[in-house]
Amino acid sequence: MISPMSATPSIPASPPQRADTGWTHKDLTSIEALTADEIKSILDTASAFKTVGVREVKKVPALRGKTLVNLFVEPSTRTRISFELAAFRLSADVVNISAATSSLTKGETLKDTAKNLEALHADIIVLRHSSAGASQFLAERLDASVINGGDGAHEHPTQALLDVYTILEKKGRIAGLHVAIIGDILFSRVARSNIHALLKLGARVTLVGPRTLVPREFEKMGVAVTHDLDSVLPDADVVNLLRIQHERQRKEYFPSLSEYTAFFGLTQQRAELLKPDALIMHPGPINRGIEIDSDLADSARSVILDQVTNGLAVRMAVLYLCAGSRNG
Amino acid sequence: MNPDPNPTPPAPNATLILDHAAIDRCLKRIAHEIIERNPDLSKAALIGIPSRGVEMARRLTALITEFTGAAPFSGMVDVAMHRDDLHRHRIPPRVERTELPHEMRDKTIILVDDVLFSGRTCRAAMDSISSFGRPARIQYAVLVDRGHRELPIRADYVGKNMPTAFDERIHVRFEAVDHIPDSVWMSRP
Repeated sequence: MISPMSATPSIPASPPQRADTGWTHKDLTSIEALTADEIKSILDTASAFKTVGVREVKKVPALRGKTLVNLFVEPSTRTRISFELAAFRLSADVVNISAATSSLTKGETLKDTAKNLEALHADIIVLRHSSAGASQFLAERLDASVINGGDGAHEHPTQALLDVYTILEKKGRIAGLHVAIIGDILFSRVARSNIHALLKLGARVTLVGPRTLVPREFEKMGVAVTHDLDSVLPDADVVNLLRIQHERQRKEYFPSLSEYTAFFGLTQQRAELLKPDALIMHPGPINRGIEIDSDLADSARSVILDQVTNGLAVRMAVLYLCAGSRNG
Repeated sequence: MNPDPNPTPPAPNATLILDHAAIDRCLKRIAHEIIERNPDLSKAALIGIPSRGVEMARRLTALITEFTGAAPFSGMVDVAMHRDDLHRHRIPPRVERTELPHEMRDKTIILVDDVLFSGRTCRAAMDSISSFGRPARIQYAVLVDRGHRELPIRADYVGKNMPTAFDERIHVRFEAVDHIPDSVWMSRP
């Protein structure tokens, strides 16, 4: 037991079981910077927080009195709401700022906006920004905790954490599994964070998609790259389908959506090639009939809604750990 | 079990307060007291506070079963997310599982912890339990009461009252958790 001695954190000799989480970062800006043990510490903490969601009272006082600011310079609904609910469940107060309503549109710099938030005693800033490295930039300049909610095409750490959490929950392990990530890899921060997390935890990763969106360059990260989906499916334990961001007019990268579906969509016919216990994942929002057949998305093998539920637990864990490590 | 007569102290200047046999006597006495105070053991649930409280709850449950044949519920409650002093830790404390009886309305929850000090852990545990439901009553069992309460909290079952100076420390070691023989130590800063 550590609690009565909490004022003096020195640990007596030879305790084989840690009483603390071992987490010492005030920020979470990337998966790349984490060790496997730190990732596991987040996943452990998340599994404890997941149970809060099924209680009669879905709220714990861990972050009572803390203020969280969702600073979303790039639009997002699901990530923002997930962070917001996670903060509510931990009893923190939440302010949401979106690009349209902030002074950023009046020409204020990101740093000035953030400094202003800190002057209002914000304890945690969740930042979604279109520039890679934006959250790292703030983390180095603020005393507040900075959580990366997606920065350009760089990383989306909490998405990767909820993905590996879901795989671990369903498969019981990560090490040794073969995960196929399919689709728009080039512009995907989700893919980058997932690759880092999966490789650190010992999984094998294959990237699949059109040559234009999955360049061989990625092999340098330690993953396999292929443009033939059918050859990968029979060996995959997990298929993670990324969203085709068709609203961004990616016409130059593939001829048409129907051609994309013909080559890289998970159709009923292709799903026959999968192992019976393979997991189908998607970070959402799904384009039914494009990346994935509509019925498959609702099938028993699909864990898409589990990912959403687990996202809440993972974000609670990240907020708890980062807010709890600010006192160094 | 063959306890090492001279287990390694957890801190260089630590003195042994309770050895394996003394801890065994304390736990047996507490088990008998729980049996005495709770005529219907099927409605009792021994809930440990991590980490060593969980082991102690498990041991007390086994002793109660040995003495009476009854098998009360044995579980655990996380306190990390219910503490009010997260900001005082350098490294966030581990968040643990919570295992409570599904229906608590008619249950007597017996909270079990190794050391009673400020009483804040007990308060956090009671807060946590009340977010799951409303037990009929809550009792509190500790191996060592070392004084220095900061809240109006008192244990119902105490293994040993051990007056201490505020800056002294009590170290409880259970073989099953710590891989050294059961022992309780006190050390000065």
